[in-house]
Amino acid sequence: MSENKNAALRAINKPSPFGPDLDISQYSRQPKNWEPCPISSLPKEILEKAIEVGVLPEQENRAATFFQIDHSVIFKAVQEIFENKVEIMSVKEALKKYVWLKDYWWKIISVDMDKYTALAELYWDQGYFIRILEDQKVTIPLQACLFISTDNLNQNVHNIVIAEPGSEAQIITGCTLHSTVQRGLHVGITEFYVKEDAKLTFTMIHNWAQNFDSRPRSGAIIEDNGLFVSNYMCFKPLKSLQMYPVAYCRGVNARARFNTIIYGVGRSYIDVGSKIVLQNEGCRGEVISRTIATDEAKIYARGLLQGEHSDTKAHLECRGLLLSDEAMIYAVPEIVAKAKGAELSHEAAVGKISEEQIQYLMARGFSKSEAEALIVRGFMDVSIFGLPKNLEKEIQRMVDMATGGAL
Amino acid sequence: MREAILEVQNLSVEVSGKRILNDVNLQIFEGEVHVLFGPNGSGKSSLIMAILGFPAYRIVSGRILFRGKDITYLPTNERVKMGISVAFQNPPAIRGVKLGGILKHLTQSEKKINDLLTKVNLPVSFLERDVNFGFSGGEIKKSEILQALAQNGRLLILDEPDSGVDVENLRVLGNVINEALKDRSALIITHLGIILQYINADIAHVLMNGTIACSGHPTKILGQILNEGYAWCEKCLKIRTQRCEL
Repeated sequence: MSENKNAALRAINKPSPFGPDLDISQYSRQPKNWEPCPISSLPKEILEKAIEVGVLPEQENRAATFFQIDHSVIFKAVQEIFENKVEIMSVKEALKKYVWLKDYWWKIISVDMDKYTALAELYWDQGYFIRILEDQKVTIPLQACLFISTDNLNQNVHNIVIAEPGSEAQIITGCTLHSTVQRGLHVGITEFYVKEDAKLTFTMIHNWAQNFDSRPRSGAIIEDNGLFVSNYMCFKPLKSLQMYPVAYCRGVNARARFNTIIYGVGRSYIDVGSKIVLQNEGCRGEVISRTIATDEAKIYARGLLQGEHSDTKAHLECRGLLLSDEAMIYAVPEIVAKAKGAELSHEAAVGKISEEQIQYLMARGFSKSEAEALIVRGFMDVSIFGLPKNLEKEIQRMVDMATGGAL
Repeated sequence: MREAILEVQNLSVEVSGKRILNDVNLQIFEGEVHVLFGPNGSGKSSLIMAILGFPAYRIVSGRILFRGKDITYLPTNERVKMGISVAFQNPPAIRGVKLGGILKHLTQSEKKINDLLTKVNLPVSFLERDVNFGFSGGEIKKSEILQALAQNGRLLILDEPDSGVDVENLRVLGNVINEALKDRSALIITHLGIILQYINADIAHVLMNGTIACSGHPTKILGQILNEGYAWCEKCLKIRTQRCEL
């Protein structure tokens, strides 16, 4: 591990090629101390905030739960009927328990990618380890909450998710903060390993604050016939968010899909992309993004498909809706074909709400503002993501809750 | 004395600075069914958009009265709430906005929605579809009629309910429209007059170059158009300074 430390030390001042460069020394490393406790005994406000990002206090609708506040893991448990099917624990505990886990540590994401990965190595504050055991199909979602309760805190988590061969699971991760927290930096490293014939759906919801910065760094490796679906949502204002997760479809017929919904409000600076690399025969990829920019929000919506093998296919669909003259959406779809027979395509469209659609709904008796709200809500309809029905319903509920006040 | 449900008086309309309707006059009385013929681009759909008050259709002069009230400058949603139902020719697809959601806004009665679905021969699952998204030509017509009937206005405005529909569906729609007209007034745009096989209309008008060139008995006018084409109306316009009455 000292190699990682050294690499991190060399990269600690290395800016990311995307997004505003942050002075990482401006954040505090002094968290509040939280003792382990049942989630239901947490203060009401924390619970309410957690629910907003899909993390439920009751255990019965979740197969397993992980809850971290600041730098402390306060809860981790697997529901009884899912014991021997899934494992959930703090990643520090997992690294002690499993010697082999070091082979999964910084193997998809480079520790020296930029100053934020370096920060996560040098000042590492837990994170979760989730493993779905071989051939286990987990029917209800697992959940993890990464919560910040201290103003101006820097929280660096490193998560590892392993879907063993033939397993199936859905994970919901909610990242959010206490209402007294205005500033801070969250760095989240997540490495996903989707093995042969496994299916993993990962849903991440971010709710930050107006002066908060977030730098998630995640990557996935998908083996033969594996499927990785990543859903990302961010609806609340924040100072800056930059991420560019990557999925490597390494095995034969490996598939990856990224679905992103972003509602940029206030003066948010959001630079979010998704990258899929198709490395083997029959690999398939899809990137779908829906971005809405209002107020003075600036959104960069990136996407990159890279075909490195013949008989691969991927599509990128990036749509933006601009609701204010002061806002901006910059769509950057990219395609790189490195093998004959790689079929890659993209479509990108940014526009305002169509007058024709507004008029149509007004002719059905909706007022202008009702019509606009319906169209915006429809733009964020998650049914296009092709998710399992229960998850689709739950995500739509979160979209409605998060945007209810905004629309 | 019969009351006019819709009166269009000396209406002239521009779109993007271009005059598309010129001094149009139209009076529809309670219970009357009017048919509007006209070649492509003559302004038929524009007249409907202007009656509905779409902002792109700028009223240059004239006015529109609905049941005696001046609605010329009312927003679209307020006009339709006064009792205008409309079925569009080419409605826009709106992702994520379900047909069922619109219908629920139009009527609280689930039974009514189900009855209407049965009438137009659409399955209940159709309510879950994004409105007009991936609909076939026939499905668009059915969905539009469905919405217009759920709207339950005293005046039904139908823009080409018979175009692009196969024989089977035409019969279904024709019968539904015919039934709806028993207690409503209507303004129906039709290009080829096929809908007249199913409904009884009282008066037909021919719109040429943004103006009503001719009004009269629907079957007589349709007969002339089918025999001589719209060239007959154009000739008519040139010869007579007064409107031609058949």
